[in-house]
Amino acid sequence: MSLWRLIITNLRRHRVRTAIGATGIALGVATMLSVVGLLGGAVKMFERILRTDSQMVVFERNVSDLFFSNVPVGLVEELEGQPCVKDAQPVLFTIIAAPDRPVITCFGIQASDGRLKRGEWLQGSAAAFRDDAEGVVLGERAAGFLKAPVGGTIELGPGTYTVVGVVRMENGFENGGVFMPLAACQKAFHKDGVCSVVSVALAAGHQPDEVKQWVSKHHERLIAMENDEFSRSYSQFKIMKTTAWVVGGCAFLLGGLSVTNTMILSVFGRIRELAIARVCGFSRGQVARMIFGESLLISAIGTLAGWVLSWGGLHVLRAVPQLQGYIEPRVGWMEVAAATGLAVLTALIGAMYPACYAARLNPAQALRFE
Amino acid sequence: MNNQVWVNDVWKSFDGGRIEVLKGVTLEVTQGEIVALCGTSGCGKSTLLNVISGLEEVDRGMVRVAGRDVVEESTRVDLLRHHIGYVFQLHHLMPDLTLAENCMVPVIAAGGHRKDGWARLHELAQATGVTHRLGQRVRELSGGERQRGALVRSLMNNPELLLCDEPTGALDESNREKVFELLLDLVRERGRTLIMATHDPELAGRCDRTVRMRDGRIEGEASHG
Repeated sequence: MSLWRLIITNLRRHRVRTAIGATGIALGVATMLSVVGLLGGAVKMFERILRTDSQMVVFERNVSDLFFSNVPVGLVEELEGQPCVKDAQPVLFTIIAAPDRPVITCFGIQASDGRLKRGEWLQGSAAAFRDDAEGVVLGERAAGFLKAPVGGTIELGPGTYTVVGVVRMENGFENGGVFMPLAACQKAFHKDGVCSVVSVALAAGHQPDEVKQWVSKHHERLIAMENDEFSRSYSQFKIMKTTAWVVGGCAFLLGGLSVTNTMILSVFGRIRELAIARVCGFSRGQVARMIFGESLLISAIGTLAGWVLSWGGLHVLRAVPQLQGYIEPRVGWMEVAAATGLAVLTALIGAMYPACYAARLNPAQALRFE
Repeated sequence: MNNQVWVNDVWKSFDGGRIEVLKGVTLEVTQGEIVALCGTSGCGKSTLLNVISGLEEVDRGMVRVAGRDVVEESTRVDLLRHHIGYVFQLHHLMPDLTLAENCMVPVIAAGGHRKDGWARLHELAQATGVTHRLGQRVRELSGGERQRGALVRSLMNNPELLLCDEPTGALDESNREKVFELLLDLVRERGRTLIMATHDPELAGRCDRTVRMRDGRIEGEASHG
């Protein structure tokens, strides 16, 4: 017989109440892990769109979104002339419309860009995608909803283009997008001579700082960043990550209220018992520990349930055909540890008022309580 | 003989001083003495027991148990853990625990060794005749068994002083006699001090001394040689 036995007994005799408290925490944990996992996965997918085989990215300084970045394509040649740069690739990001499809991501790239080589060619071949032509390559999903076979034509924005290939990409945004020769893309969107970003692969033995310094010295309007540095500082990613944690935090707030409610009911429902515990020699601290212990146990049950819920939920989402490639949840140990830590914190904060109330109870008065 | 309990000019009121329950009570109880507190309902018997155990703070006056002033919270907790056992008119056992688990609550509170606790539990259960009921939940026990269980619980940490607030008040005649006899035997055998609030003059007459209370004051006493 120990303090934990008392704690477990009390939770067991009010199973529904305990279950409601644990459910609050479970939903908090599941929401946080799911939202953080989904948005974290989305951020990683965006990052992979930017990276081909490069380590750095150059874009316009102080733009809120890469769609608004204008980098002169001439920079590619200048960069490739530097000993620290092995390869530089321009990419123009745009959103294009097709009949019945108002939003399709369009990637204006050069034929030498590595991203098409990464895909699995379902129809056509990489050789058909030429810088000086207007043939486009469709991602597998885009080919599906645009119903455009290789050799046929499709309307995209203001022009009509010939489909020269269909490629299966791992990334959902690329798989549902259109790859257009850079020159054709610039023409279609009146972006002559510019791209959104230039991705840079470093020559062996050279450091990113060399590229940063060169860009800073010769193109004040532009900035070069390492890929990880870009991910950390890009405002869209920051907004997404912050949103994920705020939504998760709100879910925990509700979970905390549920635990507080459960613990208040638990204390008010056994005031005499608590008084008897005091008469038997329980100190105020022991009574408080008992209440905190109950809350922590509820939280532990809720956290386990939350892990299972989020794990199951994310797997179900992953299996939905329409979401294939778009949902790539990334739940790491950091996220699990943070959600568990928040659950423990929620349990402690949620139990604070009931524990203080129970500890300050006057046992003689409480024994007279009906 | 040492004073086990020393109460000096104690005043206690409730409701912001509007209801005065103890009005200058002074009482000394020596070690091993068995004292009955008698008087009508509301005369202050229970409040006096609560004041002695430290469950109620006094407005004025001094309470000392086993030579220690009952003022600080830590002293009160220590006295309740190691020095004072308390039995109420209603057993106040936790209904969802077994009788054994209920009896182990004071051991948990005092941080005692579980093994020693179980040994003591079996000794006391044997003495009170509830050994066969230790594994039962409280709701499955009879009134007499519950009160005997409460008696066992109060003695688990081997207290020097036992405070009983009408311990047989909720029992039928047959159980009342059995429980009271048991209580006297346990206290006398172990040389413990007992202060018992009771309405019953017959039970009071079997104690060493009767202290009569009226309207918050001690009206008189009688020894029963």
